[in-house]
Amino acid sequence: MDNILSIVTFLPLIAAAILALFLRGDDAAAQKNAKYLALIATSVTFVISLFLIAQFDPNDTGFQFVEERDWLIGLKYKMGVDGISILFVMLTTFLMPITILSCWSVETRVKEYMIAFLALETLMLGVFTALDLILFYLFFEGGLIPMFLIIGIWGGKERIYASFKFFLYTFLGSVLMLVAIVAMYVNAGTTDIPTLLHHQFGSETLSVLGFQVIGGMQTLLWLAFFASFAVKMPMWPVHTWLPDAHVQAPTAGSVVLAAILLKMGGYGFLRFSLPMFPIASDLLAPLVLWMSAIAIVYTSLVALAQTDMKKLIAYSSVAHMGYVTAGIFAANQQGIDGAIFQMLSHGFISGALFLCVGVIYDRMHTREIDAYGGLVNRMPAYALIFMLFTMANVGLPGTSGFVGEFLTLMGIFQVNTWVAAVAATGVILSAAYALWLYRRVVMGDLIKESLKSITDMTGRERVIFAPLVAMTLLLGVYPSLVTDIIGPSVEALIADHQTALAEWPGAATQVAETTGH
Amino acid sequence: MTNADFQILLPETILAAFALAALMFGVYTGKDKTAPLLTWATSALFVLLALMIGFNGEGTNAAFGGMFMDDGFSRFAKVVILVSAAAVLLMSESYMAARNLLRFEYPLLIALAAVGMMVMVSAGDLIVLYMGLELQSLALYVVASLRRDSVKSTEAGLKYFVLGALSSGLLLYGASLTYGFAGTTLFSGIIEAATADHTPLGLLFGLVFITAGLAFKVSAAPFHMWTPDVYEGSPTPVTAFFATAPKMAAMGLFARVVHDAFGNITADWGQIVAFLSVASMFLGAIAAIGQRNIKRLMAYSSIAHMGFALMGLASGTEFGVQAMLVYMAIYVTMNVGTFAFIMSMQRDGQVVTDISALNQYSKHEPLKALAVLVLMFSLAGVPPLVGFFGKFFVLKAAVEADMAWLAVAGVIASVIGAFYYLRIVFYMYFGTETEALDKTMAPAQWLFLMGSAAIMVLGVVNLFGIEGPAVAAAAALVH
Repeated sequence: MDNILSIVTFLPLIAAAILALFLRGDDAAAQKNAKYLALIATSVTFVISLFLIAQFDPNDTGFQFVEERDWLIGLKYKMGVDGISILFVMLTTFLMPITILSCWSVETRVKEYMIAFLALETLMLGVFTALDLILFYLFFEGGLIPMFLIIGIWGGKERIYASFKFFLYTFLGSVLMLVAIVAMYVNAGTTDIPTLLHHQFGSETLSVLGFQVIGGMQTLLWLAFFASFAVKMPMWPVHTWLPDAHVQAPTAGSVVLAAILLKMGGYGFLRFSLPMFPIASDLLAPLVLWMSAIAIVYTSLVALAQTDMKKLIAYSSVAHMGYVTAGIFAANQQGIDGAIFQMLSHGFISGALFLCVGVIYDRMHTREIDAYGGLVNRMPAYALIFMLFTMANVGLPGTSGFVGEFLTLMGIFQVNTWVAAVAATGVILSAAYALWLYRRVVMGDLIKESLKSITDMTGRERVIFAPLVAMTLLLGVYPSLVTDIIGPSVEALIADHQTALAEWPGAATQVAETTGH
Repeated sequence: MTNADFQILLPETILAAFALAALMFGVYTGKDKTAPLLTWATSALFVLLALMIGFNGEGTNAAFGGMFMDDGFSRFAKVVILVSAAAVLLMSESYMAARNLLRFEYPLLIALAAVGMMVMVSAGDLIVLYMGLELQSLALYVVASLRRDSVKSTEAGLKYFVLGALSSGLLLYGASLTYGFAGTTLFSGIIEAATADHTPLGLLFGLVFITAGLAFKVSAAPFHMWTPDVYEGSPTPVTAFFATAPKMAAMGLFARVVHDAFGNITADWGQIVAFLSVASMFLGAIAAIGQRNIKRLMAYSSIAHMGFALMGLASGTEFGVQAMLVYMAIYVTMNVGTFAFIMSMQRDGQVVTDISALNQYSKHEPLKALAVLVLMFSLAGVPPLVGFFGKFFVLKAAVEADMAWLAVAGVIASVIGAFYYLRIVFYMYFGTETEALDKTMAPAQWLFLMGSAAIMVLGVVNLFGIEGPAVAAAAALVH
């Protein structure tokens, strides 16, 4: 099994190809077959990925399960995982069967829908396993196509605007990264990620169009990557595509978008920005920290004002991603551990929250908060599950949300007290909007006529939520499950980062020189 | 001596002789009734010649004292030209027949144009260059107005002729200046006269005029004005032809002139080509947004693509030429597939070119819609489709040549351009339901649409080995 990563990555794509080529017709039986095939394919992928984690050695900080083949013009087809990426692979394979189950009630163009999700899974897994820059870019960018179609074909009323905005926004961010990737290729002569991790890109001050760029080439490359990952994360102020995309996307699309696609940005920062451009990261860290702090407070306040449930959760996602970016650029063990933890935990929690919205949307076909109220009277099981995830979103101790927020805040505090203080207010604000949402939707008397006949969750829906509940609580009470795996790799990453900074003549002197001109 | 020269010129001779013989055959036998036969015969000959050139040719051979060059570069270009011309001929047969346009002159004119194009990419002398160019252009002027009773088609032909003549004039003026200051029309002589430390001003003027003339032929902005009108007015198969083989030929000629004749003053023409590149990319991307007619849209799309190909050329390096060749081969493949689809767009037998006619096409024709979707994303340069690799190659060429600004401009233009490709996808998949298009599609068209889409997907594995010949071609051209 020395090509297990390729198997995991491409299995869903093979299933998609089988669906596309061999499944004919659009009757009920064909639809059912498509759903079952997709479910089986994603489940098998998950099972195989369990072997992956079982054989993974956390203490080895290098890349494991590495595969390498020649590709085009000196590029390599190279795959591998380390402590930072393996859990994202697991998150993806874990969530995809749940996602497929959650769209069981879809009846329009089922075959295409399943193909889109299966292709998307391959592309997402590829992002986390690729060890060649171009290969990474291929997967990173390729994911736009199925997601564009998912929003555009199966989305809500404003789906066309949302899908175009989603595509063009993220495309613009990534093409700048493409130029940076090409520049790295030309500069280092390779696109091999493990080699590039130890390549020193120039950091001498450059003059671009009359501007003195401190940190030189590193800063320029860093900014290009930042353009891509910040849009993907998304960070304030380039987050505006996300609420539109989320609101218009079908439930399963929202789940994948929030739970996995957003994590690509954070993963990118960890894999590229921080280790490959350490000096630029150090120089620009205050910018990222403050942008994150603003994002946390601003989007939390915006979330308070929303009348659409999905939009509210989307803004809450942006706020939670703020902790992730701040934690990453705090560049210490707690910060990065916390950031990865927060991303995984947010994957479960936000996925579950979008599924919660999906449950009542399927029944009432509206996402307006005002259309609901008093659901607890007729849907006790739903009320319980929704409460659990609301609390997890707030960061209640005992749920995974708490660990991520706590660790990142601790990491940030060591670097910048003020940012930590501002970011911490986000915890209060998140409690405000999340609990208020819960009160308006679930609590109170059931007075709306339309809700009088609403039914509680079906068996299928309960099955969908069970693994998410389990993971949220498990990680909440036993976080070392994650930190044991990521710890050594993160430690190595920070050690490399510190060495690179120590070797640099020093930011202080260079800044003094350039400002003196 | 002469024998050896003609040996090198054999493929062109065969094709020219075939065209003349077939003309006689057509005139003295069934006239237009022989057209299907001639179409197939011409295509078959194209493919045979492509095989002969691709597998047989090796090394660099100069004929007639260097006036005609047979090297890796010309062979690469010729194979692309011949194969795409054959593809366009094959898929246009049913379209032409259904509209009573299948005259026996059509395949012959295409064959003559192909001879011209083959001479163009092999030119080693300004006079040969001009002869090839005019042979190609004259044949194309005629096919543009093939639909004689249509005002638009005749307008397209006339417009193309007048503007084409103007550009030929510019080119000739440049050629005569070059001749005057270099004292020779041979590229190998000009390159010695135009050296980095001493270039006569007149030679630079000549270079600028020649570049302008060539830019017209590749339809690079700001010499692109004829393209949308000619694309729109010509019968669709002719448009498909315009968008493929002649573009490759003109690009090949462009590369040959700037490298073979002006290879020592790369910096001088590099900036001109870089300007053409940026202007084309942005004009192609922005002007296409407002287009409703798919043929006009493809015209602007081809302008934008020429901008990208010119980006490779602008770098002035060997890798730049390689990138340009790979880009053009990919571009031609995508366009063959796209035009195969456009030819099949009809409602009740009437040609439809409005893109809103594609509304919900995916519901009626899922497979074809998927193929077009692949082609559109590939044209937009979205990975993992092959169109992306073309972009990657030229971007790398630009960055390597310290032209990162050009690369940045290019990718920004490609984002703007992505909008209109997405809009076609939008109509096919998200649009509101309208009257459906006809389901019929000629087998050849279906084959080329699916084949081209499949290449765009499967090519990600190794680009079908196109890289090796491209490397050899670039090495042959740039010394």
